[in-house]
Amino acid sequence: MDKSFGALKVLDELSFRVDPGERVTLIGPSGSGKTTILRLLMTLEKVTPKADPERDGGVVWVEGQPYSHMEKRGRLVPANERWLRRRRSSVGMVFQQFNLFPNMRVLRNVTEAQVHVAGRSKEEAEAKARDLLELVGLSDKTDAYPSHLSGGQQQRVAIARALAMDPDILLLDEVTSALDPELVADVLAVLRDIADTTSITMLCVTHEMGFARDVSDRVMMFDSGRIVEQGPPEAMFSEPQEARTQDFLRAVLAE
Amino acid sequence: MDLHAVIESLPRYGEPLLVTIGVTVASAALALVLAFALGLMTGSRHLAVRTPARVFVEFFRGTSVVVQLFWFAFAMPVVLGIQFDYLIVAGVIALGLNYGAYSSEVVRGAIAAVPQGQLEASTALNLTPFQRMRLVVLPQAWPEMIPSLCAFAIMLLKASALVSVIGILDITWLAGLIGKQPGQDRLLHYGVVLVIYFVLAWLIWTGMRALERRAKRGLGVDAKPVKGRLDPAVAAGGVG
Amino acid sequence: MQTGWSNETVREIFPAMWDGFLVVLQVTLVAGIIAVVLGLFVAIGERGGPVWLRRPLSLAFQFIRNTPLLVQVLIVWTATSLYINPDWSAFAVGSAVLGVHYASYTSESFRAGIDAIPQGQWEAATALNLPTRRVWGAVVLPQMFRRSAAAVGNWIIAMFKEVPTLFVIGVMEMVAQARAFQGQHYTGAVEGYTIAGLLFLAASYPVAVAMRRLEIRFAKSNY
Repeated sequence: MDKSFGALKVLDELSFRVDPGERVTLIGPSGSGKTTILRLLMTLEKVTPKADPERDGGVVWVEGQPYSHMEKRGRLVPANERWLRRRRSSVGMVFQQFNLFPNMRVLRNVTEAQVHVAGRSKEEAEAKARDLLELVGLSDKTDAYPSHLSGGQQQRVAIARALAMDPDILLLDEVTSALDPELVADVLAVLRDIADTTSITMLCVTHEMGFARDVSDRVMMFDSGRIVEQGPPEAMFSEPQEARTQDFLRAVLAE
Repeated sequence: MDLHAVIESLPRYGEPLLVTIGVTVASAALALVLAFALGLMTGSRHLAVRTPARVFVEFFRGTSVVVQLFWFAFAMPVVLGIQFDYLIVAGVIALGLNYGAYSSEVVRGAIAAVPQGQLEASTALNLTPFQRMRLVVLPQAWPEMIPSLCAFAIMLLKASALVSVIGILDITWLAGLIGKQPGQDRLLHYGVVLVIYFVLAWLIWTGMRALERRAKRGLGVDAKPVKGRLDPAVAAGGVG
Repeated sequence: MQTGWSNETVREIFPAMWDGFLVVLQVTLVAGIIAVVLGLFVAIGERGGPVWLRRPLSLAFQFIRNTPLLVQVLIVWTATSLYINPDWSAFAVGSAVLGVHYASYTSESFRAGIDAIPQGQWEAATALNLPTRRVWGAVVLPQMFRRSAAAVGNWIIAMFKEVPTLFVIGVMEMVAQARAFQGQHYTGAVEGYTIAGLLFLAASYPVAVAMRRLEIRFAKSNY
């Protein structure tokens, strides 16, 4: 799998690849472009178009096929909605603000896309939803409305909702930032569990350095839309090379 | 005795009352359909969809409902070379189009107020734009629309009295007719009619409150007691 | 029988329609002043008046707000011409009824403006031991005006468009003019009502746009 980004203002001549099953954590000060990367991968933002994507880059590739772009008469052109819908099915996302659907009970939040997008039967979707809700520890909340759940519970439902679509790649965008401190642990435990028991590729933007150290195969330090430094978590956290990484880690760990 | 005469003639209000209710319900139905169609169109990203709807809405909000009523009843037949067998149709069209245009702003506003995160979550789950509207956006926007739509429904009920001036026998006209007869007090009859309208408005309001409570329960939220019941001021004026 | 649009008829009917339009503007001015002043007093009465007055006042205006203007116009006109003074003009009676009717709406907007003032403002005024008159005059009303200006303005635009209702009692606004013309010439329905509509559009649209600007500006300013 190969991903590369063109010269966005927030993302400056960025190019990196993530291997299948790899867990990558993106760290860096706010405004450094980490979240934008996840949003690009979820097609919530568009890559700044290039005249000749073949030569200039600016194309996201997933599983060896163009993702942000599509081939048309032998050339790469920005993908249309139809192509995006086909390719998006391999990617799932969990948001900082959960974004559960308030008009649906917990169970239906998890079954809705299974039924209407993946075309599963209602029974199949519900069985899968119940399994996943058990995995995230919310079997007893299937009939609750999101507004009756705590932030941590909502976020765990959101994780189940994303997993229900069997994504190959899971994007986690500051999933604990909006939570009260005492609720963070439950959510991280669920994510650790998923990391341990599945082979899903995970890209994770987080300020939880302990979690980053435990779970990730690689940590990328961002600043001003560029990768400042990257490497395995042990090396990054114990012996950061770049001054900006050192400053950032010192500031974060001092909290 | 005046009061006696009024009470004795009350049964005569039966049929005109059905006319008043019928005109209100029929134009409200037309207005509701139009409100959703125009509200979706004016909220569209595509200029070619948005512009005609915008022009339609501004046109109907910018002119006067009384003038529109006369236009549809007496000018349109001339322009199109048709004849209304029932003038009531002209009344329903005029009221329906006018209040449909006003209410479309309510629909557009409520749709636009659905948080961006909901749209992003729908994209992340790969819902089609149509599914997103049907399954996520409209169910959330609908409870927000109800109080304002209720206010417009009551305004529509009040405006329905205007059909009497194009010659439809509703309760307003009937009160004037009976009131002119010997032994009748016109003021009392108009008073009766006012009370009837007030009761009808109260019924609409009560019904809508129940509907709102139900809709809010569908979001797992307890409906807050609405304090300033009718404040569609912003939508009422014009450009919203 | 008329068959369609005739420029000839437009030329004949336009002066009458223009006269009607001027009447609409005059009614709007008179009724608008009533609606704003009365609406303001009703709002203050409902929030700061004697307790025994608040509920009846609120109920009375709720009744006015929830019943048709047309019937109110007819009932007041009947009452004045039959029992009070038949010499009162339709213009005066019509403007008064229209103004009171819309006061029932503007009072709601003013009241919402009062209710939106943070509790802390009242408490601060009490802490300073300001007399009631100063609390309202110097603290509450200035803040309320900014909050309710756009809404009240929109009600006045709505009121402007309802002036033609007054044709039923013989106020010579545009609909009445068009009807009178038809009575004399057996033509002019298309031209008359179309001109009336266009004049309303031409007058109300710019004002509505200006109101929206005002609303945005007040929303941006912090108090």
